[in-house]
Amino acid sequence: MSYLMNSSEILQTIQMIDQQHLDIRTVTMGISLLDCADRDITCCGEKIYEKLCRRAERLVPVCEGIEQEYGIPIVNKRISVTPISLVAAACETEDYAPLASVLDRAAETVGINFIGGFSALSQKGFTESDRRLILSIPRALTETKLVCASVNVGSTRAGINMDAVQLMGKIIRETAEIDPVGCAKLVVFCNAVEDNPFMAGAFHGVGEPECVINVGVSGPGVVANALRSCRGERIDVVSETIKRTAFKITRMGQLVAQEASARLQVPFGVVDLSLAPTPAVGDSVAEILELIGLERCGTHGTTAALALLNDAVKKGGVMASSHVGGLSGAFIPVSEDAGMIRAAEEGVLQMDKLEAMTCVCSVGLDMIAVPGDTSAETLSAIIADEAAIGMINSKTTAVRLIPAIGKDVGDRVDFGGLLGSAPVIPLHRESAAEFIQRGGRIPAPLHSLRN
Amino acid sequence: MKAIVSVFAKDARGIIAYVTALLAERDINVLDISQTVMQEYFAMIMLVDLDACSLPFHELARWLQEKGQERSLDIHIQRSDIFEAMHRV
Repeated sequence: MSYLMNSSEILQTIQMIDQQHLDIRTVTMGISLLDCADRDITCCGEKIYEKLCRRAERLVPVCEGIEQEYGIPIVNKRISVTPISLVAAACETEDYAPLASVLDRAAETVGINFIGGFSALSQKGFTESDRRLILSIPRALTETKLVCASVNVGSTRAGINMDAVQLMGKIIRETAEIDPVGCAKLVVFCNAVEDNPFMAGAFHGVGEPECVINVGVSGPGVVANALRSCRGERIDVVSETIKRTAFKITRMGQLVAQEASARLQVPFGVVDLSLAPTPAVGDSVAEILELIGLERCGTHGTTAALALLNDAVKKGGVMASSHVGGLSGAFIPVSEDAGMIRAAEEGVLQMDKLEAMTCVCSVGLDMIAVPGDTSAETLSAIIADEAAIGMINSKTTAVRLIPAIGKDVGDRVDFGGLLGSAPVIPLHRESAAEFIQRGGRIPAPLHSLRN
Repeated sequence: MKAIVSVFAKDARGIIAYVTALLAERDINVLDISQTVMQEYFAMIMLVDLDACSLPFHELARWLQEKGQERSLDIHIQRSDIFEAMHRV
């Protein structure tokens, strides 16, 4: 066969797509809304709606064209926007929920799956606008379908805003009491990144261009399949195999990103090197860890196996793309990963182990259902722990918890679709209320002084 | 534009003739063919040139798929760039 065609390689690619769930997880268009500010919230909303519809008009058809021509599914088409707390700061109003409705309507019009950026960056303190946005979150998330919210409460440079941590515990609780699914669209960050294409934490940072295309790849099934041929080999071989596989997956992401960028005439931003699982059987990060040699994900050794996995994914991926960015870490969304669900149901995967995993490379405590009677202070304390891990390790960490109102350990919560379903995980019962009620700001660590 | 046509089916007589006739009908030139039968299962991969084909890509893909189904063949067409991107540095 010619240089161009090698049938075993072609068959391998076709198998990856057909049988191992290889897909492009998301093409996310970042759009700046800084020019939409207005004193009148209605005018601001009209400008936002017009701009989103104009900029993203061709996003879905272009992605569908790429899917057809290359035969690779693009599972999600999404938009991220400038944090609304910045855009709406000039609005003379207390309630930002109407702007969430505008985002929802625009998302519906252009036919995308999610829109992210109902966000506030409060790592060092609140502006008036940050506070108004955060207080609007419960209504905004329960009255819309496609809008995602995020709040950054800490960073390595600024420390942790414990007032924001305290407030976010209450907001998560309040949102869950209206509708627990609302909490699946709310992320609390430390060291949030400006170019993340994945939901629910995507927003378009102020350092980003007017409009940009970021792409998130997927492929736990492909990595798992490659590891099946490494049984009994030394760990170096496992690492090498993951690297090679990640390279191939990322090259696909890079191709789609460049093609989408060219067709939409929008600059290409980054490819995010994250292994994002789905609830489908055979598309699980937990399964990869088990193939590395753990009887069940969550047992001793899980943290080390995960560290190896993610490092190898990055090393393979970074050479395959001209620009990498976003979160580029392992996603452990418990409800969205069949292997994680099983490990949690069997009681092997516990909260403390999930937290340990975030120390090495996991992006956070993601999509975890907690007992319905969990207090706001306990939620805040979990956020504080995660933020501390992020702050000290100079990495992004995030918390997306779902208090399962009326349910307790052993029950199950269903979110539907890609969000999956999760068993309620036990938490420590002892209170951290006194710590949380102090408020204030945890000072930035010594190693933030790098200049 | 170059593309890869892949055909999978239970082996039978005349599959190559049928598929190449379809391609000829749409002015598609075959540049390279690789074909094998594994345990009664037919697998063929063709590199084709679409420059003379007037049908838009997505319609061509749908047409090939429909024509394939009439004979219980699984026919897919994909731009060849995806394979090059994945396997060539």
